[in-house]
Amino acid sequence: MITIVDYKAGNLTSVRLAFEKLGFEAVVTGDPETVRRADRIVFPGVGAASSAMATLRRTGLDEALLEVVRREIPFLGICLGAQIILEHSEEQGGVAGLGILSGTARRLTFSDPRVKVPHMGWNAVRTRVSHPLFAGLSGEDEFYFVHSYYPDPSEPACRLAMTEYGGFEFPSAIGRGNVAAVQFHPEKSGRIGLRLLQNFVGWDGRC
Amino acid sequence: MLTRRIIPCLDVRNRRVTKGVRFQQNVDLGDPVERAARYSAEGCDELVFYDITASAERRPIDLGMVEAVARAISIPFAVGGGIGSLADMERVLLAGAEKVSINSQAVLKPELLREGASAFGRQCIVLGMDPVRVEDRHRFPSGYEVTIQGFRRRTGLDAMEWVRRAVDLGAGEVVVNAVDADGTRAGYELPITRLVADAVGVPVVASGGAGHPDHLVAAFREGHADAAIVAGILHTGEWTIPAIKDYLHAAGIPVRRVW
Repeated sequence: MITIVDYKAGNLTSVRLAFEKLGFEAVVTGDPETVRRADRIVFPGVGAASSAMATLRRTGLDEALLEVVRREIPFLGICLGAQIILEHSEEQGGVAGLGILSGTARRLTFSDPRVKVPHMGWNAVRTRVSHPLFAGLSGEDEFYFVHSYYPDPSEPACRLAMTEYGGFEFPSAIGRGNVAAVQFHPEKSGRIGLRLLQNFVGWDGRC
Repeated sequence: MLTRRIIPCLDVRNRRVTKGVRFQQNVDLGDPVERAARYSAEGCDELVFYDITASAERRPIDLGMVEAVARAISIPFAVGGGIGSLADMERVLLAGAEKVSINSQAVLKPELLREGASAFGRQCIVLGMDPVRVEDRHRFPSGYEVTIQGFRRRTGLDAMEWVRRAVDLGAGEVVVNAVDADGTRAGYELPITRLVADAVGVPVVASGGAGHPDHLVAAFREGHADAAIVAGILHTGEWTIPAIKDYLHAAGIPVRRVW
């Protein structure tokens, strides 16, 4: 069963509907025991890292997620989910993350005031490696983004894909082993986004 | 490179799409869900629905329609019209909309912007603003006054003063729908679009007046807009989204062309 983790960080309707459109049943849950039993985890989220982490700790979902990742089942982080799987976030002076991958979520900053933050809209995602998540895609497809922070994993090999904005290139898909995470929203990226989610459903968690 | 977004706008009345000039002479354009699915399949980047009767008749938004749209398409869409409380916003977002657009209610209750941004994130909160050209530069330094309730009421607010305040409060995107250009199909109102786009740090959407792809080129290049709303130009069938995007691409504007 595809398990979508609900930790009160934004609206999960479109993530759930995206799997429905593909013909897969997905359960949305905030219960750590249900998460422990999952055989495929989707970890979405929008909003602030600090309140998201506080909810994960309070509910015990943090431990459940770490356990389930160690079982090597396929794991997909989306947006805020791609940031808080790292060790730290620069948000609000510094927030500790889950530490599933080493690295930091950094704020998009530009010296040119005309470059707007959040980065909002459709932008190209250029894959650096061949990963099952991007199977059947062109390697430079456009996905829908809306974010002010980006994931910066410390190991260069964890950068699966890059995106350019305002003259700056940031990792837009990251991962290692059974963990993959995307800064963009595949659930709102039309047919191409649905293809990525379908690839996730068919993925055995190996690269 | 971030592409410029093309956003079809659907005015909905009793679950039918309507289109008129300045809210007059409305023409029935059929089922909104079907039309949304078609525009999405043709490659639009986002959609916006205004439930134009919700506001005037003080009815709540048609959530059934929002849910049906969310099931039919997989791209972001915004819903506006009569959203006057946090509970209204929550219902629309949970039904599957990506954003809520707040216009008259933001002027009447500016706190709504702050509360909405804090509860759902500012990326969900779109300020719709309907400025009208005015002569009195003493009262309105920008040359534009904010109108509400479908252009029917003037507010005495200078457009630039209001938009700065609204973004400070929590608006994460601004739609500039100029009264003078709306429905004319003679081009967007570039001066106010550019003033707003250069003044705020959030994305700005040009709205009202598109009659030819050249108008979109001007909105991006001269108006500094991040996105453009189109309505009549598409609804009449005169232009399609792929044709508009090919035109923009040829003019050197970055657009999403594979979907």
